Amino acid sequence: MATDFYERSVAGTDEGDQQLRPRSEQTAKELLREVGSVLRMSEAEAALLGDLPDDPDDDQTMIINMGPQHPSTHGVLRLMLELQGETVLRCKPIIGYLHTGMEKTGEQLTYAQGGTNVTRMDYLSPLANELVFSMATEKLLGIDGDIPDRAVWIRMLLAELNRMSSHLLFMATNGMDLGAVSMMIYGWREREEVLRFFQEVTGLRMNHNYIRPGGLAADLPPRWRDGVLRILDMLPDRLDEYDVLMTGQPIWRERLQGVGVITPSEALALGATGPILRSTGVEWDLRRDQPYLHYDEMEFDVVVGSYGDAFDRYAIRLAEIRESMKIVHQILDKMPAGDYRIQDKKVTPPPRARIDESMEALIHHFKIFTEGFKVPEGEVYVGIESPRGEIGCYIVSDGSANPYRMHMRDPSFVNIQCLPHMMRGGLVADAVAVISSVDPVLGGVDR
Amino acid sequence: MSETVELHGCPVVDSLGQTVVHVPREAYLDVVKALADDGYTMCVDLTGVDYLERPARTLPAGIAAERFEVVVNLLDMRARRRLRLRVQVPAEDAVLPTLFDLHPGTEAMEREVFDMFGVAFTEHPDLTRILMPEDWIGHPLRKDYDVGRIPVQFKGANS
Repeated sequence: MATDFYERSVAGTDEGDQQLRPRSEQTAKELLREVGSVLRMSEAEAALLGDLPDDPDDDQTMIINMGPQHPSTHGVLRLMLELQGETVLRCKPIIGYLHTGMEKTGEQLTYAQGGTNVTRMDYLSPLANELVFSMATEKLLGIDGDIPDRAVWIRMLLAELNRMSSHLLFMATNGMDLGAVSMMIYGWREREEVLRFFQEVTGLRMNHNYIRPGGLAADLPPRWRDGVLRILDMLPDRLDEYDVLMTGQPIWRERLQGVGVITPSEALALGATGPILRSTGVEWDLRRDQPYLHYDEMEFDVVVGSYGDAFDRYAIRLAEIRESMKIVHQILDKMPAGDYRIQDKKVTPPPRARIDESMEALIHHFKIFTEGFKVPEGEVYVGIESPRGEIGCYIVSDGSANPYRMHMRDPSFVNIQCLPHMMRGGLVADAVAVISSVDPVLGGVDR
Repeated sequence: MSETVELHGCPVVDSLGQTVVHVPREAYLDVVKALADDGYTMCVDLTGVDYLERPARTLPAGIAAERFEVVVNLLDMRARRRLRLRVQVPAEDAVLPTLFDLHPGTEAMEREVFDMFGVAFTEHPDLTRILMPEDWIGHPLRKDYDVGRIPVQFKGANS
């Protein structure tokens, strides 16, 4: 078996089919393995599960494609579903339609340019991507403890606002996927308010490249406090409206409760993080459990569910918006004055005004933006809590200005593996609700 | 650099405050299994690095540098600690046992490493390309795979 794999990998041309194979072409062992290994069961135990029809023939089942263009796919996700009647027996997500080799691109760009690249991966939480990349780079540079306080607080402010905007968009798409089309408009509307604030601060609605190694691209604009307060004043009423429109509504509950259930042991085994893991009742939030920035000084609750179903995941995200608002309120009180980037000549370009008067400053500026700055040899992994779970950045530096290897552990990429387990035995009509509740961002999945 | 710390017989080094264990390929599966019993029950990340351009790099004594490295990040939720494993994988026999049976969440990650680096994982249930098209030739994240090697052709363009 080993040599077979090896020969195929050396030839490099035929790695085989990515498709979901018909039942008859898979051995019983392979079929059971899909279930048994995740549930930590022996084959015999897995066979006794008994919630699936025993070994249907091929002519009783049908394999269909969903996507890659289905409107609820949040990007270009393709699912292959094996159906018996309306029951989903097996499911296989097929990804890669948005793959643009961003990890390879990251090796060609300097650390100073890297932010523009990573921010485009998970495009609904660009600031989390930038933050984790910057934190990894700063750790390699050995300046992770010297970032000015104001920069750290601004990073937190933006990270939390980004969590809100991402979850608001989830509210919109989740509503749309389940037929609550007016919810789609409301969710987008509220998210747009947050993006408008991002535009005031960073100049762009998305793909900001605002958090950079060493600090931030610029200080907050003079009237930033008003912008944040406007969002904080506007949201509570709107979130209450969401509760009226969805949370308490019988149709909404019927549609989500008990759908796409996943157990804590399954979620942990599959490496799921974020709202998916928390929906099963596992309290794990890196902001509280492995605090970074100043999260250890913040008062907030880690919201967990108890059933691990799609409704729990919806409710957790809604509650997390409220928790993020709590954190933003505290940040407003604590925001210190000071510098927004580290005054380290190695990584920080000189201020614009000095370029006009000093030749050295001009050369220095030019060098940072053409050659970048060199980062000492080493390798580091940093993980933070993005709206979708743990986003991690693994960088290997060879001492030059470009990362030797830059890997992003994207939460969506790992979380999407839960889909087959959530859909197993469910109805095809619930498949959309399940995809939606995982909230995958295909830009992050495929990178 | 005379670290003598060992974990399950493997040298442990400190990388910027993070614990890194260098695991020989033969012991890989056993060490991950033993670590899972120690509390490292979650495999957060599994990725690869191609050290083609950096054959000489600092590794603890007893670990011979090979072309590929598979890097595994483990998490112990109870003790809130992390651990990173680095496994050397030679280019002429780029094969590792799969972690699927221990950590089923590595299924997609191992497929990605296979797709991007050509490191095969024995006993993996579905070792196919995951991000690149199934008929793609080559492994893009290898260092000898050039950027922009595929000419972009437009339909109907005059060349």
